[in-house]
Amino acid sequence: MQDPALAKAEWQPATITEIVRRTPRVTSFFLQPSKPLAYRPGQHVDLRLSAPDGYQTQRSYSIASTPEQGEIIELAIERLDDGEVSSFFHDIAIIGDEIELRGPIGGHFIWTVEDGAPILLIGGGSGVAPLISMVRHRAAQQSLAPILLLYSARTAEELIFHDELLAFKQSGNGFDLALTLTREPNSQASEYTRRIDPPMIADMLERLPSPPKEVFVCGSNAFVTAAADALIAANIPAGIIRTERYGNASA
Amino acid sequence: MTTRGFTGRRPSPETTDRIPPGQSLTEDFPVLSAGPTPRVRTEDWSFTLKEGPKPLIKWNWDEFNKLPQTKFTRDIHCVTAWSKLDTAWQGVLIDDIFAEAGLEPPTEFMLAHSFDGYATNVPVRDLTGGKAMIATFYSGKPLEAEHGGPARLLVPHLYFWKSAKWINGLQFTTRDEPGFWELRGYHIYGDPWREQRYTGD
Repeated sequence: MQDPALAKAEWQPATITEIVRRTPRVTSFFLQPSKPLAYRPGQHVDLRLSAPDGYQTQRSYSIASTPEQGEIIELAIERLDDGEVSSFFHDIAIIGDEIELRGPIGGHFIWTVEDGAPILLIGGGSGVAPLISMVRHRAAQQSLAPILLLYSARTAEELIFHDELLAFKQSGNGFDLALTLTREPNSQASEYTRRIDPPMIADMLERLPSPPKEVFVCGSNAFVTAAADALIAANIPAGIIRTERYGNASA
Repeated sequence: MTTRGFTGRRPSPETTDRIPPGQSLTEDFPVLSAGPTPRVRTEDWSFTLKEGPKPLIKWNWDEFNKLPQTKFTRDIHCVTAWSKLDTAWQGVLIDDIFAEAGLEPPTEFMLAHSFDGYATNVPVRDLTGGKAMIATFYSGKPLEAEHGGPARLLVPHLYFWKSAKWINGLQFTTRDEPGFWELRGYHIYGDPWREQRYTGD
């Protein structure tokens, strides 16, 4: 059956209401759509930029906020070297600007508390965006569902939502966080300082009260491929692994 | 609506008429994938042509590779708004598969099935007339698992999710049955030149 929540998403203007620097390369843009979006944690929106001569370009961004936070959605946009859209946001966009948006999009990479747990989330870099939507949703629902987020970044200062994630972990109600930093070999800020591998996945499985019902993996294509291969090597069934790959950085 | 302060980058004049609306050029390989990459060994690979539930003909890897080979260089367009020009493929045309099976298409629609359980729908008329193949080589080399190897469907005139990776069969259906992504908000047909990305576009 076609999901009714996936009915045609029309382009609409949305207003930038707030801009928050998250890391040296990632800034959150908060957008108020003119028509509120009925979205679920994990879904994304498409943004479209139009030049005066009619030239247009578009990109997809996962929603980092959760519907319980209200109509304003948060998009964590990473500045990419030579990024046509990301450099517009980082260098030009200001509060009050209108940006064309449509969504929500995506009927596959979604988790809500009704879907059950335990859940293992694996995020690489800005791929944490749809995963924090799920974590924020869980908190807003006062759910005790066991969720473990394994979050990989290059350096500690590149961990997006770091303080918020630590606070969720410290609340001690079933959310667990494991960090790995791939370019800070001597870091004290993370448990691991290497790329995700099968032994690390085995550690994650031991930390969950029972095998995960589903695993969500989001990041660059190379990250998702490596993490999904590590999950398979750790005997996680392929059928419970959902992936979302970012951008075009792939072989 | 014009975006304040946005000028954008234009593709070069030689390529501009090859890039569908809303797409941007990439040198990389665009990917849309719902799960892990299946690693299908060629000794475990097979391709089955079916009509509804009924198998019509089945080839193993060695048999399939003896079918007539065709080379094809095409532009590809991913629904994630990336296009890649002049991608070079080799494989077996769907026309040749039908000819080898000695059949005329019994219905107007097909579902392509993959080893990971993925399916996508394509009308028969979009697969015949030299428009589509089962590709086993990309850029002169055996197709890597990442890109759908050992074999993927290649229907380059539709958004690239229609070019099912890790294909293991084609099935004639009496109706146009939505596949995996089509049930999850993506367009039933997926013509990049009409920007048919999502349901209702």
